[in-house]
Amino acid sequence: MKGLFADVRGERLKEVKSHRVTYGFIVDPESGRRIDEVLLTVMLAPRSYTREDVVEISCHGGMIPLTAILNLVIKGGARPAEPGEFTKRAFLNGRIDLTQAEAVIDIIRSRSDVSLRMATRHMEGGLSKEISSLREELIGIAAQVEASIDFSGEDIDIESRDILLKKSERVLKMINTLLKTFDHGRILREGARTIIVGRTNVGKSSLLNALLNQERAIVTPIPGTTRDSIEEMINIDGIHLNIIDTAGIRKRGGYVEREGMKRTMDLLKDADIVLMMLDGSERLTVDDRSIMREVRDKNLIIVVNKTDLLQVIEINEIKRAFPDKRIYTISATEKKGLDRLKDGIKELLTDKEITSESILITRIRHREALIRAKENMENAIKSIKDSMSEEFIALDINAAMESLGEITGQTFSEDVLNKIFSDFCIGK
Amino acid sequence: MYTYDKKYDVIVIGAGHAGCEAALAAARMGCTTLILTMNIDNIAMMSCNPAIGGLAKGHLVCEIDALGGEMARCIDRTGIQFRILNKVKGPAVQASRAQADKLLYRIDMKSVLERQDRLYIKQAIVDSILTDNGRVKGVATDTGIIYISNSVIVTTGTFLNGLIHIGLSNFPAGRAGEFPSTKLSDSLKDIGFRLGRLKTGTTPRLDGRTIDFSVMDIHEGDDPPIPFSYSTERITQGQIPCYLTYTNEKTHRVIRENLNRSPLYSGAIKGVGPRYCPSIEDKVVRFYDKERHQIFLEPEGRNTHEFYANGLSTSLPIDIQIKFLRTIRGLEEVEIMKPGYAIEYDFVPPTQIFPTLETKPVKRLFLAGQINGTSGYEEAAAQGLMAGINAALMIRGKEPLILDRSNAYIGVLIDDLVTKGTEEPYRMFTSRAEYRLLLRQDNTDMRLREKGFKIGLVSKDEYERFLDKRNRIKMEIERLTNISIRPSRITNDKLLEIGTEEIKTPTSLANLLRRPNIKYKDIEAIDGNGNAIDERIGKQVEIEIKYHGYIKRQLAQVEKFKKWEQEKMPQSIDYDHIPGLSLEVREKLNTVRPISFGQASRISGMTPSALSIIMIYIEKIRRTKRARDEKA
Repeated sequence: MKGLFADVRGERLKEVKSHRVTYGFIVDPESGRRIDEVLLTVMLAPRSYTREDVVEISCHGGMIPLTAILNLVIKGGARPAEPGEFTKRAFLNGRIDLTQAEAVIDIIRSRSDVSLRMATRHMEGGLSKEISSLREELIGIAAQVEASIDFSGEDIDIESRDILLKKSERVLKMINTLLKTFDHGRILREGARTIIVGRTNVGKSSLLNALLNQERAIVTPIPGTTRDSIEEMINIDGIHLNIIDTAGIRKRGGYVEREGMKRTMDLLKDADIVLMMLDGSERLTVDDRSIMREVRDKNLIIVVNKTDLLQVIEINEIKRAFPDKRIYTISATEKKGLDRLKDGIKELLTDKEITSESILITRIRHREALIRAKENMENAIKSIKDSMSEEFIALDINAAMESLGEITGQTFSEDVLNKIFSDFCIGK
Repeated sequence: MYTYDKKYDVIVIGAGHAGCEAALAAARMGCTTLILTMNIDNIAMMSCNPAIGGLAKGHLVCEIDALGGEMARCIDRTGIQFRILNKVKGPAVQASRAQADKLLYRIDMKSVLERQDRLYIKQAIVDSILTDNGRVKGVATDTGIIYISNSVIVTTGTFLNGLIHIGLSNFPAGRAGEFPSTKLSDSLKDIGFRLGRLKTGTTPRLDGRTIDFSVMDIHEGDDPPIPFSYSTERITQGQIPCYLTYTNEKTHRVIRENLNRSPLYSGAIKGVGPRYCPSIEDKVVRFYDKERHQIFLEPEGRNTHEFYANGLSTSLPIDIQIKFLRTIRGLEEVEIMKPGYAIEYDFVPPTQIFPTLETKPVKRLFLAGQINGTSGYEEAAAQGLMAGINAALMIRGKEPLILDRSNAYIGVLIDDLVTKGTEEPYRMFTSRAEYRLLLRQDNTDMRLREKGFKIGLVSKDEYERFLDKRNRIKMEIERLTNISIRPSRITNDKLLEIGTEEIKTPTSLANLLRRPNIKYKDIEAIDGNGNAIDERIGKQVEIEIKYHGYIKRQLAQVEKFKKWEQEKMPQSIDYDHIPGLSLEVREKLNTVRPISFGQASRISGMTPSALSIIMIYIEKIRRTKRARDEKA
């Protein structure tokens, strides 16, 4: 949890006094970006509910700060508590007595029954279908890999590495699709993280204002006016956008601008959608081109601003650079072309494959497990491509199966052997 | 009844691969040991294929050796062909396999037993196990002799109520041509054991003089042959080949047309057979469209014409065996010396024993080998060794030796058996070991030599040799990590010659060794150090450095695993009294009686919330007890 909290004097979590409420900020330790202002309470062992060190964070209400902070602490090594876990720990550490302990068992039992029922209901739906087809695929891959190790001397037909690679890539794709439903669900609940980027003075703030229909950002003709990011929420036909206007990107600039640019880059990492703004009345600059490189792989919309002026921008070059992206020409100051832009944004966020019924991954715990499975599959695919021996591929395939098992509570060990014995003629 | 006047520390029933290791370990650890066998000329008999080792099994053999067992040394002395399997794969899944001269192996092992101090060998059939107040006190034989002992190890193989099937006829037998052990089975039931029934089978043995080897592929051993044991310098005896041929459509047709005479398909066989070792009739039926099945002809010894037809396990009647054999290329004129057969036998479902292999109902009674539902000489020997060790440790009042899943394949084997039980004859596979990359055959001494020395099975001399090796590996790894070479012309020429890229910045030798196509030998050349290091040490250095990343990952997994293994479960818990456990979980817990939370978590059907409930219950008991103590 290093670097997660800083109070106004820059004091860190370690220095916060026990049993005092401290005002400060939750900070992303990687980017240094402030996530939210919070009240923090540290209760050092043994003077806490569980008799262990406890940290309580009181943040702003709402899903955005909550999820962001939760994601950060999980990234730092924490995990969501099981039902009744705090009480269980309190008991195991001797803070509550026997009668209370009986209650704990009830809590665990009833909660797990309820959550089991809930989970079952959840499982009966799409998630269980998806996970079990993933599971089938993985068992199939594992059986091939393990058979080639344990029965290499036998006359059995093991699939080629090419097929193994294709199957593994298919699993990875399935995992990614599932993960995408989490993002989509999050977009519906919390809004889409929409980032406006562009070099200085292309009219980012004007666009934000035009979309907001109010004067939120300070608009001046001086390049680089917006030094910090500005975040606003708008609603396009029921889809929430959390629009973030970023500091303009300019290569030669002072310290503040370098910081601003760094933050912009960080924001881009988590963006659901990126609006790249260009100035139609000027030719592409070095800065424009470097931004174009940065956003190449993003969920991108290109906005050419200032149609009210003479257009000199190399529009064909942009089309060539982004053949599959939409380009919208607008005038932010004269509020022209905005409706078409809004439609475009909406279209980009409404995935035709994902409807609100098909949102399967809603829990952070499931998402965490899927992310691990995804990393394992990426490793496995790398091992296959590097022509590593099968046991190294198996290490990651098994780890991926274990991660999926965390979602469904199933183990796989016997399934792989069963699959081997049913698919291959084994035995001398 | 006559009670023999000598009292033993350990009695071992059966002198197969489990029995021999058990008796040797106990005697070597200072116990007065008696080994009882139905036929003294069949000690260490290989009932099935004439080979030791194989994938995952070779690992077991080397682990037995590292702990001070005999199997590896015996096969090194009597093997007739040695091979390393999976040579094209990574080090963790390579394993040794050797063809054995069956007769020599038997004689060699018998003479090791005979030369062992404190070990007595007697021919006798054990009818019953004698107990007193839940504790074993000796055995009674069919000739009316009672032998008294402090502990008993039962290693009866397929002999308990053995029933041989050939075609639709069957007869009681422990193995072809040998008596079964029927009364002992009843005795075990009387003591309180639940018995199950398994099935296994073997292939016809063929007369080599009637085989046309000239039409078959020849399979030679490795040159030079690599020994199993750390004590064997080199294999000096010559090697002889095996031969490969195939079944064909004609063979399959003969088998299909005669399935009505197979005890497997008529329903005569009730026991569950191993899926990884199906009979030829099973293969032909289940894999209908497979055009041919490979048959390895393995010599049963140097001085015999007998050949083992690996791949043709069958219980079809003899006339059909002859008929289908003669459809196979090279076997057109073949004569059978011994027919193939299936055998059913009783076993004790192994959730009834502790990880020490001591039984739960009867103290100081140990079970090892096929009686626990395993299959294979190596699996049997491994359990025999552990039973012998733990019987001896118990008699001396010492802590038992329990290997865990991160220590050894032996640990995986026993943990699987006592935690999950088995539905079919259990065989070891590398895929059963979740820490496979750490449990390599090449590092068995690093994992187990120290343990073998501590219990007194590894001599001081051998141990010091091991310490020296371990130290030299460590120093060499440090040296390669610390020494960097500069990108000079000479160095880069050498690198290009080896077939790898040039270096542009100073690079440590260890980092060079991590490159895929560089071997430890190449490092010696680049380094110019030239202090040629022992090949086995060089190999360890290479593996440890090359696979460092993977090894580190598995070590991290092991650390997580150990945490739960160290959380002990008291043996006095009555799971029926824990509220909130499902009936299924409660029953399993009562049978398995896990020794740690880790073991409990591996019971099939266990849930995280059930584990939480148990944890709380245990803490509650502990606190009630403390409160009572404080009052008193």
